[in-house]
Amino acid sequence: MEKLLNQEIQDQIRDFLSHMDKEISFVLFTKKTGCETCTQTRMLLEEISSLNDKITFVNKDLDIDTAEAKEFGITMAPSFVILDSNGKYRGVKFSGIPAGHEINSFLSAVIDMSGVNFGFDEKIIERIKKIKKPINIKVFVTLSCPHCPGAVSNAHRLAMLNENIESEMVEAQTFFEYASKYNVSGVPKIVINETHELLGNQPLEEYLNTFERL
Amino acid sequence: MFTFNIEKANNEANFSLSINWDLIIIGGGPAGLNASLYAKRKGLEVGIITDEIGGQLHNTTEVDNYLGFKKIEGKDLSEQFLNHINNLNVPILKNIRVKEIKHLNPDFEIFLSNGKIIKSKTILIATGGSPRKLEVDGEETFKNTGVSYCTTCDAPFFKDKHVIVAGGGNSAVEAILDLVPWASKITLVHRSLWRADQILLDKIKNLEKVTILLNTEIKNIYGDNKMQGLTVYSKEKNDLYDIKADGIFIEIGTIPNSSLVMNLVEVNDRNEIIVDKNQMTSVEGIFAAGDVTIQPDKQIIISAAEGAKAALAATKYLNKYYKETE
Repeated sequence: MEKLLNQEIQDQIRDFLSHMDKEISFVLFTKKTGCETCTQTRMLLEEISSLNDKITFVNKDLDIDTAEAKEFGITMAPSFVILDSNGKYRGVKFSGIPAGHEINSFLSAVIDMSGVNFGFDEKIIERIKKIKKPINIKVFVTLSCPHCPGAVSNAHRLAMLNENIESEMVEAQTFFEYASKYNVSGVPKIVINETHELLGNQPLEEYLNTFERL
Repeated sequence: MFTFNIEKANNEANFSLSINWDLIIIGGGPAGLNASLYAKRKGLEVGIITDEIGGQLHNTTEVDNYLGFKKIEGKDLSEQFLNHINNLNVPILKNIRVKEIKHLNPDFEIFLSNGKIIKSKTILIATGGSPRKLEVDGEETFKNTGVSYCTTCDAPFFKDKHVIVAGGGNSAVEAILDLVPWASKITLVHRSLWRADQILLDKIKNLEKVTILLNTEIKNIYGDNKMQGLTVYSKEKNDLYDIKADGIFIEIGTIPNSSLVMNLVEVNDRNEIIVDKNQMTSVEGIFAAGDVTIQPDKQIIISAAEGAKAALAATKYLNKYYKETE
């Protein structure tokens, strides 16, 4: 079967991943039927994990591996989480294939999860660590949206820095009905704890201001 | 089949927070990128701080008026620009916004959204523009539930739907072309006559799904939990009527992203930064280039050229005020 990533893209990704620090793993949940992009998402994760020894890839079945799916709060396929070097879930989830522009938020999540310092100022980190209530962030994206990866990366980084925060990229075309429930017709759309919305690629401070208002 | 638009790794690691930079460029669109090219070649310690690389290039699918490229996608042109800059190892801080600039006389302190502070001898404001709003009732209410400013981002939500495009310039016609593969019906509404290039108008003239309403003003956007339509006024027919539609893409030009320096440099009545022939603002050491300035024609090639002018002027300024006194 033809690969999803051509040689040039593979080389770019390999180069990008050379900055990784520790090991990470992908746990992908797919379904055998009724899932248009499960095959391509599996191919993408397989091909990317083959580009660096520090990446492990595990493929689960949403209908069979129900306990694990529940552990990560996964109810849709394709959906995957990135675990850190201790195999710990740090609240970083992607629902739908992170292709198009979204490959960038995916690759930066890999680098970030591997333990590379993402250069936040101490004051910002302190503010993030002070968040005590559970926060759920959904960032709705389309693959043609250039402003979306920034919003996803910010949300994922927040999750990595505080275990009360969970962040999910939702690819709105794959999960069209789900996105419709949230009235999404423009992206990036950020939904926080089901009640608060932010539109557009927001800086970290806007996320923090919203969390602190909840 | 899926495509993968990988943004080239930049030189974030080289971005020193401790040196006193010669030139810090705020903005990573055509003006900022070209300025960095010219400044680096002159040997300046130059860095770029930007939210996104490419700026408004990403809001346009196709560019066919940049000399040397007969037809290129906006994101590909942005990548070409970045490749060129990366060859010169210009450090770039991405996904970072500048919150405040303080004038220390003669140097500047730049406060970043990640909480860090950096110092520079000169600054180039190349922050570009954001979509101009119609400022009619309903526009804010239905933002992202029908009202959109980015066809490349949001066109897929309007598959088999009726959408409105507001505007009569090149970006409005380009929005129609972006929507053609998705929408079942597209109606362009513009309050006066065409301002778009003839070459673009020729591309839409035979499209069956496109209806053009010129001399027609949008009065409001209505709906319940999402947009359902708009009320328009036809100047020719002196008639106020409703058009049912699922979405509207507003393409009526840009407003300058000048709020960062509004209290620091002089701006005109449209909040565009006033610059002299060397792109210098009213504050010595702060330059501005591209769509954020008073330059009336907001074009990629003009922004890039202004960036080059600003970098060369900053070099002369640094030579005069720093090297001669060192």
